[in-house]
Amino acid sequence: MNEIVQFENVGLRYGAGIETLSDLSFTLYPGSFYFLTGASGAGKTSLLKLLYLAQRPSRGLIRLFGEDAVTMSRERLPGFRRRIGVVFQDFRLVPHLSAFDNIALPLRVAGVKEKDLTTPVAEMLDWVGLGDRAEARPATLSGGEQQRVAIARAVIGRPEILVADEPTGNVDPEMAVRLLQLFEALNTLGTTIVVATHDIHLLSKVPGAQMMKLEKGGLSDPTGSLRNPPLPRDRA
Amino acid sequence: MLSMFVIPGHDRRLIPEGRLSGPMPWVIAIMIFLTVLAAATGLAFAEAGQNVSDQLASRATVQIIEANPDRKAQQTNDAAARLRGMALIDEVRVLPAQEIEELIAPWLGQTSGTQGGQDAGGFLEDIPLPALIDLKLARPAGDEELEAVRSAIKPLAPGARVEPSSSLISPVISLVRSLQWIAFGLVALLAMATAAAVIISARAALNTHKETIGVIHLLGGTDRQISRLFQRRIALDALLGGILGLICGTAIILLLGMQLSALGSGLVQSLGLSWYSWLLIGTVPILGMVLAMVTARMTVMGALKKIL
Repeated sequence: MNEIVQFENVGLRYGAGIETLSDLSFTLYPGSFYFLTGASGAGKTSLLKLLYLAQRPSRGLIRLFGEDAVTMSRERLPGFRRRIGVVFQDFRLVPHLSAFDNIALPLRVAGVKEKDLTTPVAEMLDWVGLGDRAEARPATLSGGEQQRVAIARAVIGRPEILVADEPTGNVDPEMAVRLLQLFEALNTLGTTIVVATHDIHLLSKVPGAQMMKLEKGGLSDPTGSLRNPPLPRDRA
Repeated sequence: MLSMFVIPGHDRRLIPEGRLSGPMPWVIAIMIFLTVLAAATGLAFAEAGQNVSDQLASRATVQIIEANPDRKAQQTNDAAARLRGMALIDEVRVLPAQEIEELIAPWLGQTSGTQGGQDAGGFLEDIPLPALIDLKLARPAGDEELEAVRSAIKPLAPGARVEPSSSLISPVISLVRSLQWIAFGLVALLAMATAAAVIISARAALNTHKETIGVIHLLGGTDRQISRLFQRRIALDALLGGILGLICGTAIILLLGMQLSALGSGLVQSLGLSWYSWLLIGTVPILGMVLAMVTARMTVMGALKKIL
């Protein structure tokens, strides 16, 4: 099985402080579903930033889609970023754009023609239960609705990896289950899912998902997924 | 460059824009207004200097220096006749005594006739003034042409001196040229000030929209896509401000032009703008817009390169 992400002795340090992440070595495989857990401040968001190319490591090697992401030129980064869907912890919706335009943003950035994006965006809005809020600005949406828009934006481009930082943090349990079902559906289609959460109960809701645990910047491997490549979910 | 303006509406909305809403168009309007005035001044001086130089370039003056009035008259007539026969010379005019008298009047006072109701007492005859022959040559009066004139009249008037007319007004021309370059220097300084204003504005806009830019970046947006949004916005601001500045500047130039024409004297009257000068002035807002656009692009691209 070809790895989609490979970390080798990766360390991350902000400024001159101590390392936020130390000696991370793991491999993620295509079509797998991973939970990244750990207490607040353990470094989950920092690890995700490395995954979605918002940050370069201070040391170590990161291979993404088979290419060295550490020494990759800036000019090549946008192309790789378009293959990664991101749900930010703070949503990061563009405040002056409607829900529709926020969700359409990755497609427009990728140069998809307007006539080709109307239907998928509308379907995505329906899927996250916001079909009637297409023209609403983020400020008029509740926290849960904003989170759903953020998730829809992350998955609209059918990314090869979906990275979600606490995606169920602001939604009710019923919506949390629905969102996880969306992630599972995407996962079944071949997308590798990495969900950072401090809610370990979520793990039981996704059969076959693997867990990585961050503690004080280091990674432990409670489910052994990092040692033994998991089977694709449709065969798990 | 046109592709910069042809950005789909939905992309334009990524960064909210309102025409003439910020200080930028007004700052540009003032800069373009001052640039138009400085450019018009520089061009007017350039044209005036050129016109006067062109008019005098082919002119020369022959001074027949001879103390004896009879011999002076004879030498003047002989020299004039000789010069009229030269192919190099288009026009020969012996200045009448009356005209010479008027020329020296500012320095020596009235030399004949009456002054304040009393006889001023003509003394022109008592002063050994040279006779003057004004020449218009077929081509600019360079060293070679002047030497040819000197050689032609030397046997007839040994004391004659030949001087190009341009040498008489060269200090004035030099002053006009200096003023012209000062005006063009002001244009350059204003262009630099405009660029500095654009840099400040672009940085402020980048700061205002930092979050949006960060999101677009992480969704795979390229530096070029992002910089186009700012380029377009700043270029349109600059164009609107530039047109406003041009209209105000042109009104002032026309007003000053009318006042200068009313003076009706010498070099001042020759200050004017030809159609190609007006054409150049008309391009100032466009040049200002291009400058703003290029500056904005460089600023935004430079700032984006600092983030991953």
